[in-house]
Amino acid sequence: MGILQVQNVNKSFGGLKALNNVNLDITEGTVHAVIGPNGAGKSTLLNVCVGRLAPDTGTVLFGGKTLTGRAPHEINQMGVARVFQTPEIFTDLSLLDNVMIPTLAVRDGAFKVNAWGRVDGRAEIRDRAEAILENVGLGDKRHHHSGNLSRGDKRRLELAMCLVQKPKLVLLDEPTAGMSRHDTNATIDLLARMKEEHGVTKIIIEHDMHVVFSLADRVTVMAQGTPIVEGTPNEIKGDSRVQEAYLGGAHL
Amino acid sequence: MDAILLQILNGLDKGGAYALIALGLTLVFGTLGVVNFAHGALFMLGAFCAVSVNQFIGLEQVRLDPDNLTPWGTPVEIREPYIVSWLGDTGHLLLDYSVPVSILAAIPVMILIGFIMERGLIQFFYKRPHAEQILVTFGLAIVLQEIIKTWFGANPLPQSPPDAMRTAADIGVLVGFDPGQIVYPYWRLIYFLFSALVIGGVFAFLQLTTFGMVVRAGMADRETVGLLGIDIEKRFTLVFGLAAVVAGLAGVMYTPILPPDYHMGMDFLVLSFVVVVVGGMGSLPGAVAAGFLLGILQSFASMTEVKSILPGIDQIIIYLVAVVILLVRPRGLMGRKGVMEG
Amino acid sequence: MTTNTRETPQGDMVRFGLFTVVILAMPIWLMPFGAAYPDLMQKFAIYGLFAIGFNILFGLTGYLSFGHAAFLGVGSYTAVWSFKLLGMNPIPALLLAVVMSGAFAWLIGFISLRRTGIYFSILTLAFAQMSYNLAYSVLTPITNGETGLRVLNSDPRVLDHMMGAGEVDGPLVTNLFGMEMSGLPGFYFCAVWLLIGMYISFRIFRSPFGLMLRAIKTNQTRLNYTGISTRPYAQTAFVISGMYAGLAGALLCVTDPLAGAERMQWTASGEVVLMTILGGAGTLLGPMLGAGIIKYSENIFSAFNEQALHEIFAFLPDGIEAAVVSVAGLFVGEGWHLTLGLLFMLIVIFLPGGVIEGGQRISAAVTRLRGGGSGGSSTQPQPAE
Repeated sequence: MGILQVQNVNKSFGGLKALNNVNLDITEGTVHAVIGPNGAGKSTLLNVCVGRLAPDTGTVLFGGKTLTGRAPHEINQMGVARVFQTPEIFTDLSLLDNVMIPTLAVRDGAFKVNAWGRVDGRAEIRDRAEAILENVGLGDKRHHHSGNLSRGDKRRLELAMCLVQKPKLVLLDEPTAGMSRHDTNATIDLLARMKEEHGVTKIIIEHDMHVVFSLADRVTVMAQGTPIVEGTPNEIKGDSRVQEAYLGGAHL
Repeated sequence: MDAILLQILNGLDKGGAYALIALGLTLVFGTLGVVNFAHGALFMLGAFCAVSVNQFIGLEQVRLDPDNLTPWGTPVEIREPYIVSWLGDTGHLLLDYSVPVSILAAIPVMILIGFIMERGLIQFFYKRPHAEQILVTFGLAIVLQEIIKTWFGANPLPQSPPDAMRTAADIGVLVGFDPGQIVYPYWRLIYFLFSALVIGGVFAFLQLTTFGMVVRAGMADRETVGLLGIDIEKRFTLVFGLAAVVAGLAGVMYTPILPPDYHMGMDFLVLSFVVVVVGGMGSLPGAVAAGFLLGILQSFASMTEVKSILPGIDQIIIYLVAVVILLVRPRGLMGRKGVMEG
Repeated sequence: MTTNTRETPQGDMVRFGLFTVVILAMPIWLMPFGAAYPDLMQKFAIYGLFAIGFNILFGLTGYLSFGHAAFLGVGSYTAVWSFKLLGMNPIPALLLAVVMSGAFAWLIGFISLRRTGIYFSILTLAFAQMSYNLAYSVLTPITNGETGLRVLNSDPRVLDHMMGAGEVDGPLVTNLFGMEMSGLPGFYFCAVWLLIGMYISFRIFRSPFGLMLRAIKTNQTRLNYTGISTRPYAQTAFVISGMYAGLAGALLCVTDPLAGAERMQWTASGEVVLMTILGGAGTLLGPMLGAGIIKYSENIFSAFNEQALHEIFAFLPDGIEAAVVSVAGLFVGEGWHLTLGLLFMLIVIFLPGGVIEGGQRISAAVTRLRGGGSGGSSTQPQPAE
C-alpha cells in the first residue's frame, strides 16, 4: 500500500469531465511524475489532493486517512506540503521570517496565540530555519526582503519552506514553469539533492521532459482526465500510447 | 392586501434612488475597478444643483412702492423674481417647475464634475490597492460635503415639486380598490418612473451602442479589452461621467422627497454600497434589483405592525439583509465569480 | 537589495523606555506648542491608544475595518453604566468596558471575517451603522438616545455608597480612590493605560503571533498551505483591537462621564483609519504619532476664528488681507473637517506609507547624498520595527 492513494476520483466542471475515474498509488520514498498534454487534468488532480477542490466522487487517502473534505491547513498538518506553479511566498517578509512561519506551524499547530514570546526567542527554532536556508543556498540572504528575489530563488525559498516542515509528501506543480534554463537546472539539482538527503515522497506535475527524466522514479501519463500509462521513465519512453496522446507534441 | 401594495409603492421611490446610485457605483467599479466612496457626494451635488437652479431663477428684485406705506411710514417693499418680471407667466412656470428644469443644468455640470474627478484624481488610483482607493475617495467625499456645507449652510433646504404634482394620486382605484385606500403622492410616482427611465436609458445605451459594447466587454474582462488595442482610458473617463450624471439626476429629482443637506451623500452612500454588495459587485442588473428590493424591504420594515413585533427593525433592515446575503451568497444576488475575491 | 535585521530585545527596551519618557514628559515639552493642557493631552493618549489597537488589526493583517467606532461606543456606554451602577471608580469601568467591547468584537469579527477585502470593510461598516442606528432608536433606554448617557446624582452607585462617598455636591467626577480624574491626574491616568497598551503592542509585534498576522496580510493562500488556520488568528487580532477601542472609549468617559451615539458614527471609524495611515500602518510608533498630529491639528484649526485670522494676517495690505482671511477661514473653526478631508487625500496620494516611512525616505536620501554608499544604501525603506 502506497503513502497516497487516489481511488476512483471523478471531477467535472460544468459539462467538462476533468478527472475520469482516476486511480493512483504513490509508493513511499519515490518521486512520481504526472505528465500529459494540456487539459489532461493534472492540476485538477493535484488540487483535489491538497483539498483545494472537492472531488465529485471517490476518495484520496493519505497514510490510510482520507484527505477529502479537509481544509488545506489540516492536510498540511498531516504532512503534505505543496509547491505552486508561481512561487507563493510571503513577499513582504524577510527570507528568515518566511521559513520561520512553517517552522512555527509545525511546533505550534494550526492556531496558537503566542503573543508574548519573541519570534526568535527559541534558538533551536531559529537554527533550524537558518540551516534550511543554508541548505538551499540562500543562507547569506536571510535578512533580505523576499519580494526582491529572482524567480529561481523564490522557488528555492518555497522549497525550503516546505522542507523545513519535514513533510511526508511534497506536491510540486510545474516547479520549473517559466524559468530560465539556468534556473531550471539549478532547481533540478536542488530537487535531486532533496531526494537524496531528505528522502521525501514527491509528486511532480511537469511539462518539461528533461526535468521528468532527471528526477522521476515512476511516471504516470494522463490524457483527457484518465491515467493511460504508468511505469518507469524508460518504459514510458517507448510506449506508443504515450506518443499518441501527445500526437508528437513532445519529443520523448 | 392594500397595505402590502401600499408598502411596495412606498419603497419604489427610495428603491429608485438606491438603484440609480448603485448603478453608477457598479459601472465605475466594474469597468474602472475603483471603489468610489465619493459616489454619494455626486448624488448630493446633483441635489444641490437643483437648489442652486432654484435659488438662481428665484432671485428677487426689490422695488419700493411709494404709494403704499407701512404703518411705520416707510414704503412697502415689492419683491418679485426677475424671471417673472421678464417672462411673465413663463417665468412663473419656470419657477414652479424648477426641479425638473434643473435636470437641464445638472447634466452638463455633473459631466464636468465627473470628468474633473476622474482626470484629476481617480485615474491615478487604478493600479493602487482597494484600501487606498477607499481612503482617498473617502477624503474627497468629506471635502465635497464640507464645501457644500460652507456654501449652503448646514440646514436642510426643502424644495417643492411643481404645484400640479403636489397632491397624491388615488391609484388604488385604478386596480379596483375602493377610493382612498391606496393614495400615493404624484411626485414619488414620478420619481419611480424617472428612475426606471434612466435605468432603461443606461441599459439601452450599454446594449445598443458600440461604446456600450466595449464597456460591457471591459466589465467582463478588462485585460483582454485593453489588449485589443482599444483606448480604454478615454472610455473610462466617459463611463465615470455617465455614472456621475446618473447619480446627479437621482439627486436632483429626489430633492422634493428629501430636503437636501450636506451629509445626504454620505447617508446614501453607505446604503448604496450595501445595495451593490447585495446585488453582487460588478453586476448592473443586480444593483438595480437589489436597490428596489431593499427600498421595498425598508418600507415594509417601517410598518407599525412590523415594528411592534421587531422594534428598531426599520433602522437596521438593510444592513441585516446585507449581512445575511454576504454570508449565504458571498457574491451577492447576481455577482460573478472572481470579482473582488482575494 | 534591502535587508531587515530583526530588532534586539535590548533595542526594544530602549525604544519603549524612550517612548515612556516622551509620553510622561508631555506636559513639559508640549508647552512651547501651546498644547500642554490636560484636556488635549488626554485626547492624545486616548486616541493614541485607539489607533495603536486599530493598527494591530489593520497594520498587521491588512483587514480594513470601517466599524471600529462601534467598539469605542460600546466601551463608552459600558463605562458610564459602570459609573451609574457601581460608582465613580474608573477601574471597574475600564475592565467592564474591555470585556464588553471584546465580546462585541468577537461577535462582529466572527461574522465579518468570513469575507476578505472590500466585503470585509462593508460588513464591518454595516455592523457599525446598525449599532449607531439602534443606539439612537430602540436602545434609547440603554443609551439615552440623542441626549447622551450621563451619570446622575440619583443613580445607585453601589460602591460609592458603601464607601460612604455617595453624596456629592456639584458635578460627579470620576475618582480613583479619592483622586479626581480630571486635569493632570486624569492625563496621567490615561497615559498609564497608553503605556500598557503600547507595551502589549510591542510584544505582539515581535511575537510569533504577530508574525502570523503579518503573514495573513502578505499571502493567505501560502499560510493556509503552510498548515495555519488563518481565521482564528485574524479573529484574535480583531478582538484585541476591539478591546483597545473599548478601553479608549471608556477612558473618554473617565475624563468626561458622558457617552453619545455620535461616537459610533462611521466618520469616527474613518478618523482612526486616517490616524493609523497618517503615522504609518504596520509601524509601532506611527499610529500614536498620527493620533497626535490629527488631534493637535484639530485643536489648532478649530480654535481659530475670523478674529484670530485677521490678527495673523494684519501685516498684509488690506485688500489682500481680506482675501487671504476669507480663504483661510474656510479651513479653520467649523471648517476643520474640510482640512481633515484634504489631509486625508494628500496623505493617501503622496505618502501612503505614512509619516514614519516619509521620515525614513528622507533619512535614506540624506545618507545617500552624503556618499555613505558602503553597500548599505536602501532603495526601499522597511517599516520601522
